[in-house]
Amino acid sequence: MTTMMNVLRAVSALVAVAMFAPPAGAQQKIVPAQSEIAFTSKQMGVPVDGKFKKFDAQVAFDPKQPQAAKIAFTIDLGSATLGSAETEAELAKPDWFNTKAFPQATFESSAVKASAPGKFDVAGKLVIKGAAQDVTVPVVLAQAGANTTASGAFVIKRLDFKIGDGEWKDTSMVANDVQIKFKLTLTGVAPL
Amino acid sequence: MSSTRTLAGAERYSGVAIAFHWLLAVMIIGSLGVGFYMADLPMSPTRLKLFNWHKWAGITIMTLSGLRLLWRLTHRPPPDVAMPRWQRVAAHATHWALYALFFLTPLAGWAYSSATGFPVVVFGVLPLPDFVPVDKALAETLKARHHLMAFLLAAVVLLHVAAALKHHFLDHDGLLTRMWPRPS
Repeated sequence: MTTMMNVLRAVSALVAVAMFAPPAGAQQKIVPAQSEIAFTSKQMGVPVDGKFKKFDAQVAFDPKQPQAAKIAFTIDLGSATLGSAETEAELAKPDWFNTKAFPQATFESSAVKASAPGKFDVAGKLVIKGAAQDVTVPVVLAQAGANTTASGAFVIKRLDFKIGDGEWKDTSMVANDVQIKFKLTLTGVAPL
Repeated sequence: MSSTRTLAGAERYSGVAIAFHWLLAVMIIGSLGVGFYMADLPMSPTRLKLFNWHKWAGITIMTLSGLRLLWRLTHRPPPDVAMPRWQRVAAHATHWALYALFFLTPLAGWAYSSATGFPVVVFGVLPLPDFVPVDKALAETLKARHHLMAFLLAAVVLLHVAAALKHHFLDHDGLLTRMWPRPS
């Protein structure tokens, strides 16, 4: 009986995979456990590191045809860690991320081009707190086995997105520049 | 000072020791006051400023106390004024407790700051190393230690001040003139 159940389970799983899995090579998948999106802000000269624990990406990318790539990210702003519980509670407030009104930040690519072997410039729209800004993100790819690691860093101006509004606008207290660093592990990327 | 008996120059602390004493007295009492005030402030730019100033002051206090201890160990202080043995023992114990807390209180605060993910950057320009990892549970423990040390330090400072005033104004032994900035 249990064997029967297991066979049934296996068959239904296969059917599900066949129905919902995209054709091989068309879509790349992010491995969340091996991926990281971090940010560093400066407060009175003190670098403070944070991380987003929850994010997802839709990636259609072929290194041979970067111009056809489509990359979209959603980042759960409420999943940000920032040292102590006090500062994390502060981060959710309207002056900062306002996570009640704007739970997610999004990024959508508009143009991807190769800048050097294994290096790409990903241009796109970054939307945080309802404010959209064009950004160009330099990405370095490295492949090992079935995994491809995409890493890079870029700087945004927090005031462009009204992050740290009201009494926090003073950039001598909290610097305007915020560095975003990422290391994303993808599966299903064609060889470089 | 006119009512107390005149002390010979040799019975006073050296000018350097006196300068250290009063400079650090102002800084330590100021930092304790700011620390007690800011601890429960809601998050605001003012709170952030006070926390940073408090950290800079703490590191400065620890550094100056290191220099002061070096001076103290290489220069003989004036002999004790006449007093019962238990008072002499208590006075020396108080001094050593003060020195221990001059180092332990800022160290615990520095570690607490590191554990919350806010490294100490002295005067906004000199980053200090983190000797503990960022860890919420550890941060809570270190916060409690730092507060305990601060309360102990405040208590020992009060004892030290009370004893000095008692010697000077009740025992009329001229104790304060040993540490007073100008010869009286």
